[in-house]
Order: sequence, then C-alpha cells, then structure tokens
Amino acid sequence: MPLTLQIVNLLAALLLLIVFAMLAQRRILSLINLFALQGAVLALSTFVVAYYTGQHHLYYSAGLTLLLKVMLLPWLLHRLIRQLDVKWDVETLLNIPVSMLVGIALVIFSFNLAAPISQMAHGLTRGLIGIALASVLLSLLMMLTRRKAVSQVVAFLSLENSLFFAAASATQGMPLVVEFGIALDVLVATFIFGIFFFQIRETFDSLDISHMEKLKDD
Amino acid sequence: MIDSQLLALLLTPLLGGVLLALLGSRAWAAELNSLMSFFTFLAAVVLTMRVIDAGPQIAFHEQFFIDPFNVFLVALTAFVAFTTSLFSRPYMRIEQHHGKLSTAMLHLYYSMYQLFTFTMLVALTTNNMGIIWVAMEAATLTTVLLVSLYRTPASLEAAWKYFILCGVGIALALFGTILLYFAAQHVLGEGGTALLWTHLNQVKGQLEPTVLKLAFVFLLVGYGTKIGLVPLHSWLPDAHAEGPTPVSAVLSGLLLNVALTAVMRSKVLVDGSLGTHFAGNLMMGFGLLSVAVASLSLSRQKDIKRMFAYSSIEHMGLITFAFGMGGPVATFAAMLHMTMHSLTKSAIFFAVGHAVQKSGTQVMENIRGMIQISPTVGWGLMLGTLAILGMPPFGVFASEFLIITTAMHTYPWATPILLISLGIAFAAIFGKIQPVVFGETTAKSLPHSPALIPVFIHLLLVLMLGLYMPPYLANWYHQAAALLG
Repeated sequence: MPLTLQIVNLLAALLLLIVFAMLAQRRILSLINLFALQGAVLALSTFVVAYYTGQHHLYYSAGLTLLLKVMLLPWLLHRLIRQLDVKWDVETLLNIPVSMLVGIALVIFSFNLAAPISQMAHGLTRGLIGIALASVLLSLLMMLTRRKAVSQVVAFLSLENSLFFAAASATQGMPLVVEFGIALDVLVATFIFGIFFFQIRETFDSLDISHMEKLKDD
Repeated sequence: MIDSQLLALLLTPLLGGVLLALLGSRAWAAELNSLMSFFTFLAAVVLTMRVIDAGPQIAFHEQFFIDPFNVFLVALTAFVAFTTSLFSRPYMRIEQHHGKLSTAMLHLYYSMYQLFTFTMLVALTTNNMGIIWVAMEAATLTTVLLVSLYRTPASLEAAWKYFILCGVGIALALFGTILLYFAAQHVLGEGGTALLWTHLNQVKGQLEPTVLKLAFVFLLVGYGTKIGLVPLHSWLPDAHAEGPTPVSAVLSGLLLNVALTAVMRSKVLVDGSLGTHFAGNLMMGFGLLSVAVASLSLSRQKDIKRMFAYSSIEHMGLITFAFGMGGPVATFAAMLHMTMHSLTKSAIFFAVGHAVQKSGTQVMENIRGMIQISPTVGWGLMLGTLAILGMPPFGVFASEFLIITTAMHTYPWATPILLISLGIAFAAIFGKIQPVVFGETTAKSLPHSPALIPVFIHLLLVLMLGLYMPPYLANWYHQAAALLG
C-alpha cells in the first residue's frame, strides 16, 4: 500500500475519532475547537487525495475547506459565543458511556451497510465510505443528544464535514459548481443560525432549546 | 433562444430579490413584489409554450433541462407565486396595521419571497442532481427567516425545528447524491457530466444497482423530509401554523411539489438501474403511511392553519403513493393531483388568512360565522374546503378518483386504507369548518379590504379542470407521464 493511501486512511481514522470526541465533549468552547480540528484534518485529507489522484479541482476544494471550515466558521462561532456570553458554558450530557456504545453500534452498522459499495470502489476509497457514513450517523446522534442551540449547530456542521469527506474520498470530489454551491449554502446557513441565536436568546433568555418544546398537537 | 427564455425566467425573480433587498422598505414594495412575480409568470408562460411546441430542451451547456414534466411545475409555481403575491399585498398591510409586523420585517419578507421563487425555479429546471440539492437547501434558507417573521416564541420554535429537521433531511439527501455520483462515475467517468440527469438517464441501465438502491433510500428520506412524509413531517404543521399565511400558502402549494420532483427524478434513474419496483414500493409505503397518519391527526387539531397543514401532508402522501404505483394512468393522476392540490390549498390559505385576521385568532372554536362578516371570505373558505375534500365537480375529485380506481386495479389491498382515510379526513375537516363558516359571529371588520380575487381564480380553475380538461392540457400531462414511466 503506497504511503499516500496510508496517510488518507490514517486521516480518516482520525476524523472518526474526532467525531467521537465531539460526542463526549461537554464544553462549548472545546467543541468548536474540535470542529476546527476536524476541518483541518478534512482539508489535509482532501489535499492528499488531490495529490494522489492528480485531480486539480480537489486542490480548490481543499483550499476552500481550509478557508471556510478551519478559519471562517470557527472564527464566526467563537465570536458568537463571546457575544452571547456562553463561552464557558458546560452542557449536562445524558450518560456519555451509553452514547459511546450507541456510537460504536452505529459504526458497525455503517461498515456493514457500506461493505458492498466498498467492494466496487478503487483502491483508494475502500473502507472510507464506511467511515464517512459512520461520521454522518454519529453527527446525527450528536444533534439528537444536544440540548443547546450552539452545540446543535456544531453537530450540523460536523455532519456537513462528514458528507464532504464522503464526497472527497469516495468520488474524488463533486463537480466544482456543486461544491461551490454547497459551500455557499453552508456559509449562509451559519449566518442564519447566528441570527437565530440572538433571536432565541432575546425571546427565551437562554440558548437552551428545551424551552422550545411547546408546539404540540392538541 | 431557449437560453434567453430560461434566463428571463430565472433572472426576473433574482433581480426582484435584489431590487427588493434595496427598496423593500418603500411604500410601494408590495406592488413591486407583485410586478416582479407577474414578469416571472410571463416568462414561465413563454417558456411553457416553447416546450409544448418544440419538445424537451437543453440549455446552458446542458446545465438546465426542460421537459413537459418540469415545465408544467414551472408554470404552476410561477402562477401560484404570482397570485400569492397579489394576496399578500393587502394581507401583509393588515398585519402591519395590527402591529404584528414592522416595515423592516416586510422588507425582509419581500426580498426573501422573490429569492424563494428563484430557488424553486432553479431546483425545477436544473439538469444537475447536485444543483437540485443546492437549490433545495437554499429554498429552506430563504424561508426559515420568514417562518420566524413574527418573532413570537412559537414562531421561533417552529423556525428552529424547520431549520434543523430540514437541514438534517437535506444532508441525508446529499449523501444520496454522493452515492449516485459514485455509481455514475464508474459509467460516465469523472468530471461534470456524471451528475447531469440527461446523461444519467441514458446510461441508467448500467448504473450499479446496490449503490443506487442505497442512494435512493437516502434521497427519499432526505427530500421526503421536505415533502412532509410521515414520520419525517413534524416540522411541517408548526412551520405552516406559525409563519405568515402567504408563506404557508407557498410552502404548502409549491415547495412540497418541488421536493417531490427531486424524488421523481431520482426514481426514474433507480427504476432503470434496478428493473424492479423497489423505489415505487418504498414511495407507496411512505405515501400510505402519510395519508393514514395525517387523516387521523386532523380531528385533533384546534388551530385552523395547523389542520390544513395536516391536510397537505395527507395530499402529498396521496401523490407520493400515486407516483409510487407508477404507470401512465397513476402518474397522470399524480400530476393532476399536484396541480389541483397546489391551486386549492393556496386558495384555502388565502381565505383562512383573512378569516384569522377578522377574528384575531387561529383557534377554530373562536372563529365563527365568517359568512355573516364577509360572504366572500366565508364562501371562499367553504368552497375551498369542499374542493380539497374531493367533492365533485371540483378537479380534486377527478384526480383522487383516478388514483383510487388505479389502485383498485393494481394494488387492491391499498384501496380500503385510502378510502377510509379520505372518509375520516372529510368528517374531520368538514365538521370543523362548517361552524367556522356558518356559526354565530363576534368579529370585527378589517382596515384594508381583503384580496379575494386570487381565491376565486384558483377555485374557478380547479372547478374548470374538474368539469372539462382542454385536450392540449391532457396531452401535455400524458407526455409528462410518459417521461416518468
């Protein structure tokens, strides 16, 4: 196995590890830092894939990832939590060991689901689709278990990162128009989330979304 | 030629969005909004004539593709967007008069309304499965701030739910798109063409079935969240009930259709690859579940907009079921029902909007005797309700009748579920709307006269199509149905 492939596999494993770390992280500030780290690993792996396959447009997406997900979005989130004064907030998470176990089950499930697809993949992508799917499902799990608006958004962005990883490693990146479109959507979404944080805070005096469970059928 | 016609269709609402972002706080912003929507509608008519005459068209280096199936939705979308803008003019002024909305909020509303139209038209006309995704996500982003326009705790909660749930849903659809691209690359090679629907459609028989199967599950669950299929529907009633009524009308009448179009585009590819009825069975399952659950939820509703939101889930379920059955007749019926539902449901929301303004509440127990206060609102609501419940001679009857008779032939076991659900829905909605229209009233009059012309235009169209369908229109639907198989 060539060195580049080993590096990509290592980075993929690292990505999965970071998602697990995010799942267990109680502090909002550390969660955002983990998200930035995830972006960095993603940019690096995209870069290595670009180098290995010689796909030029992947260099652009690696650059775009670096700009958007390592610099711009974490900076925006840091600014937001400073302005909202939730920088040192600690979330009470229900039962971390249980969510870890559920996470492991999800990983096994996704590897099984991806197994037939991995078999038809090129050398590079074998196994990576399983990891990408596992990160997608773990990010979904994180969205379900979080009760604070900011950490839900970080989970959402991590979900998007996992999808980006799937695109970069399994298909050598989507066509550039599509990738730019997705990046634009994510950026606009983060801005709108920011607007929401302030509106929610103004209305409920808290960023805890358990206040927002009033709408029911009755 | 086709390039410039398409450009006119897409650029008009985009330009409208930019203009209204700059000028949205002027006194005549509402008129400008209607004017831009009218131009969009004109462009859609021109494009539609062209496609009817000359058949499917490809534009802009194959990035856009217009065939009878999506052009009928383009025409419908542009038409309902135009009539809704006419309705929203006095409606939003009354809301402002009641102190519920400020000029700044209206500014946001007008600009986003145009951009929302733009994203829907892009999603309908694009040939690129990736751009469909981008446009669907953009459609969520443009409407999410409109759902929370009133800034009440309930509307914020609804908007947050809408944002998060549709965000997650659409993320799953992206994974489906990636899998589709992965399968396509093995056949079409790398580069931009492997996501173009026209290319995929040509090679659909060679696409790897196991990958496409998984891709379709993700795409259906993802876009299905936007269609409001049970069990992914929980955002829909909240967003429809808490957002401003014109937004409820376009969400229910248009956005759900656009999401369903994305699913249908994927279904054609999956069917070609698998050669089985896998995709259709999944859609039938989700459709039936939606029809059944939504009709059972109807009787529990107290909020009038919430009740009609559940009725939208029911009808989208019915359409999904009909598309899932497949075959020319069922597909024809599904498209007819899409048209009828869009026209009728938006008309109902227009009437409901004014009824709510007159009585100052959305709780049905407190809205009484609309017919005494305003015969037009009362009759609009009553006729709209009868139409959506499938009473002849309205067009909804024709499409529901077609769907049910086709189901009797091909899937007889599903007919009792459909008939019982429609019966329950009839009892629930009619029982609740009857006193709203004919009861004793306490409400007051409005500062601006309501816009009810759109209500009656829509209902007249639905009535007309129920009684007589012009041959060219029937031919057009048949062409589109043949494309979807």
